[in-house]
Amino acid sequence: MDNKRLISMANQIGDFYESYPDQNQAQQGIAEHINRFWALAMRQQIAQYVKEQAGLGLHIPVQQAIAKYLKI
Amino acid sequence: MDDIKYSSTHHQHERSRTNYDDQLDYGTPSSSSDKQVTLIIDDREITVPEGTSIMRASIMAGINVPKLCATDSLEPFGSCRLCLVEIEGRRGYPASCTTPVAAGLKVHTQTPKLADIRRGTMELYISDHPLDCLTCATNGDCELQDMAGAVGLREVRYGYEGENHLKAEKDQSNPYFSFDPSKCIVCSRCVRACEETQGTFALTISGRGFESKVASGINNFLDSECVSCGACVQACPTATLIEKTVIDHGVPEHSVTTTCAYCGVGCSFDAQMKGEEVIRMVPNKNGGANHGHSCVKGRFAWGYATHQDRITTPMIRKSIHDEWRIVSWSEAIEYAASEIKRISAKYGKDAMGGITSSRCTNEEVYVTQKLVRAVFGTNNVDTCARVCHSPTGYGLKQTIGESAGTQTFDSVMKSDVIMIIGANPTDGHPVFASQMKRRLREGAKLIIADPRAIDLVENSPHIRADYHLNLRPGTNVALISALAHVVVTEGLVKEDFVKERCEWDSFVLWRDFVAKPENSPEALADELGVNPTLIREAARLFATGGNAAIYYGLGVTEHSQGSTMVMGIANLAMATGNVGREGVGINPLRGQNNVQGSCDMGSMPHEYPGYRHVSDPAAKALFEAAWGRPLSDEPGLRIPNMLDLAGEGRFKALYCVGEDIAQSDPNTQHVTHALESMECVIVQDLFLNETAMFAHVFFPGASFLEKSGTFTNAERRISPVRRVMTPKNNVDGPGYEDWEITAMLSEALGYEMHYQHSSDIMDEIAALTPTFKGVSFKKLDELGSIQWPCNDEYPTGTPTMHIDGFVRGKGKFFITQYVPTTEKVNAKYPLILTTGRILSQYNVGAQTRRTKNVAWHHEDIVEIHPHDAQERGIKDGDWIGVMSRAGETVLRAKLTERVQPGIIYTTFHHPQSGANVITTDNSDWATNCPEFKVTAVQVARVNQLSDWQLHYKTFSEAQLAFAGRDLEAAKID
Repeated sequence: MDNKRLISMANQIGDFYESYPDQNQAQQGIAEHINRFWALAMRQQIAQYVKEQAGLGLHIPVQQAIAKYLKI
Repeated sequence: MDDIKYSSTHHQHERSRTNYDDQLDYGTPSSSSDKQVTLIIDDREITVPEGTSIMRASIMAGINVPKLCATDSLEPFGSCRLCLVEIEGRRGYPASCTTPVAAGLKVHTQTPKLADIRRGTMELYISDHPLDCLTCATNGDCELQDMAGAVGLREVRYGYEGENHLKAEKDQSNPYFSFDPSKCIVCSRCVRACEETQGTFALTISGRGFESKVASGINNFLDSECVSCGACVQACPTATLIEKTVIDHGVPEHSVTTTCAYCGVGCSFDAQMKGEEVIRMVPNKNGGANHGHSCVKGRFAWGYATHQDRITTPMIRKSIHDEWRIVSWSEAIEYAASEIKRISAKYGKDAMGGITSSRCTNEEVYVTQKLVRAVFGTNNVDTCARVCHSPTGYGLKQTIGESAGTQTFDSVMKSDVIMIIGANPTDGHPVFASQMKRRLREGAKLIIADPRAIDLVENSPHIRADYHLNLRPGTNVALISALAHVVVTEGLVKEDFVKERCEWDSFVLWRDFVAKPENSPEALADELGVNPTLIREAARLFATGGNAAIYYGLGVTEHSQGSTMVMGIANLAMATGNVGREGVGINPLRGQNNVQGSCDMGSMPHEYPGYRHVSDPAAKALFEAAWGRPLSDEPGLRIPNMLDLAGEGRFKALYCVGEDIAQSDPNTQHVTHALESMECVIVQDLFLNETAMFAHVFFPGASFLEKSGTFTNAERRISPVRRVMTPKNNVDGPGYEDWEITAMLSEALGYEMHYQHSSDIMDEIAALTPTFKGVSFKKLDELGSIQWPCNDEYPTGTPTMHIDGFVRGKGKFFITQYVPTTEKVNAKYPLILTTGRILSQYNVGAQTRRTKNVAWHHEDIVEIHPHDAQERGIKDGDWIGVMSRAGETVLRAKLTERVQPGIIYTTFHHPQSGANVITTDNSDWATNCPEFKVTAVQVARVNQLSDWQLHYKTFSEAQLAFAGRDLEAAKID
């Protein structure tokens, strides 16, 4: 799938959690959402992207959530 | 309804009615009083609730009082003078319909004097009525005829030569029913039905005395305000208002109760038949959702089932550029199976998937998701709720623990404040809207949040919204935060409720968030475009006005923040204590008939039936044991994911049952590119729909009249769909119900599904799904319908949910940060397009376009504000090009102030309109539900169709020709 599409979807999820006072909780929430609703191939692709492109275009909390908590 | 205690003190009667007979007309509505009153009618002592009419009490006791103007769906009127009775100690002859019972009354319904008066009255009626009973369409089904017999009318002394109405002209303008004023007795039942039952007030009695006649608008029914709901036809006691099908075919000979296949109200109907032919659909007075009411779609628009466009034979082809080859069922099934096996071997099982429709029965959805999960071996199964109410499923599961509305429709009758957000009930859910309008006429307050002035704002008789918050499309979450801000900062939170029923920590986080100054109505006023004072007043009314209920539709869900908004709605309902009893609640108005059911049945890629995540080991083990196949614990692809991957050549086979993604899904060109890129598209449908034009295998489906199963409506009501005719999809013998086709495909793929009947499928669902544990076809036959959860604790179902506690335990509040959509207006695209529905058409229109409903809506038009139109030199009726970042289409313009400046509106019922050519890939953050409601566009006057439309015309004509059809065949018969 187009990386741009995945980045935009992930950032949208990040936006929902942006106002959470506890940012660690927010990151877990972002990753949990992706884990529960994205197919494995999509998760692998975004994880790969974070790894290879340093998460360019992804909001920082989203990058961190993917790096730390994504199940792949 | 057993509202009578009857005992015979004087005689032992042969036939006494002690129970409510649901087929009987009791003349006047029932009374809900708890106080009982005992009286004597014709020497029988009977006890009934206070407020019951003498007529109703009599009929309940088995005493038939003659009547013409009375029927139990309408308030008594007392005009026909047939139901007169004598009451000991009272003077005169009061009408039994308008006289309430009183303790100790002694009533006589049959005396020589009464007989004399009734005969005299009938004589007058008949002196001005055609005596053509033998050739009349209602011969044998006419109350006037029955009453003439009952009162013993033998002669008309006045003769028939005097001034009369016998030559009055018929009004045949409505495509479905005829109005013959020569047969009218001016009982006003039609006028009252239009007012009380439907709430449209299209009919009136014009003139006085002998000149009195039923009038519809200035010209005729079709040109009037009439919405063709059929309530007047239903109420008419003569042949004055009658279905044209009855005129053509005669009175039906048998009747089968079934469920409408249109919107999420899920009305119960009696399919009145002659053999295998439907003569008319009559709303079932005992229907739990509709109580005897209907709309123009359910009551009249079923002709598509026998339309000549139906494809009745399976077809296959190698390429979408080839002609279709008509083949036997076995060849079609074998070919489809071989393609699936080939693609699975070549590209892997995750390159395949299935899509179900909310137009499918529960049983069909269940077997399709089972086929995909257990036989294809992937969780790539999705349903069209993806593009409508998936945010409801997500948002309500998160907050209150169950992906469903909390109430019954009847609950609205106990609401004091009704808030409608992003829904247009009079068009989308007309039968429920009639009930809501009844409550509003009784005085309930109304708050509407909608960019457009829907009819309920001020275009429904005797109803005016107290507040119309006409926010800008895409700003819902800002509005819900502003409303919550007022509730929180003005001390209007029901803290007792929150403390007892909700997670306090989550409440505190939410409270502190919405209380921030940036969430105040004043701070958000510019963004919303709504006067902050109105928001404050509406919030106060909602929080303090008594029972407050929220009804919402796709104007909430089809946004980039659809799920956030659903959670925001739940937050507001919980904070104000408006969940867990009648009159309140969170009420998603589901678009199609089985949106709720298709979600319940596990057709989302991450969930098994009953909303259990595929990664839940217990659920996986349960289904693996039951189905005998290994299952994946990975969530599958959603529809937009499938389409994205297909376009990249990584998703190759699709089994699409009853859904038409090429018309209903956003960014049409993206969808059709995806379809073109697949190697095997299997479409199962009634018609060669837009998606089928890109298919390689076509399985002809069965209409709702041709199969058995169940639909689950917006109030979780599971209702039976009953087969009234043989499926018309096999030229060599009896046809197949849709689940049978899926089962045949499954068997060809090496997995047998051992069902003999759709009831076996429901038994399997019940065995595997806790909320459906007590559901069976047998119980549905007994109870009529069941609202889930139905289990050991609630064996007859659960009308109101979350009464003692939320399904998830404690309700959870979520912070709902407003994030503006990325679909922004700019100099190039300065207007916002929002889309919606219209009463007479349904979804992609595949059904309604093939009925006479096109009389009301034969093309999609664009509503535009006169200011915007004037700036661009656009006049009413002009062709205008609508251009977005996704595409361009051309539609006819209608100038109206219903839409605000800066906003245009259209519907998507006709494929050639290409409304979804313009909508974009933007979607809800949580569910990928498309943002149909916000598209930045520019419009301009044009002289010809868009490139897409020209291409569409050529392509679709070629595709119809490949199937041996031509455009001529698409005419309405």
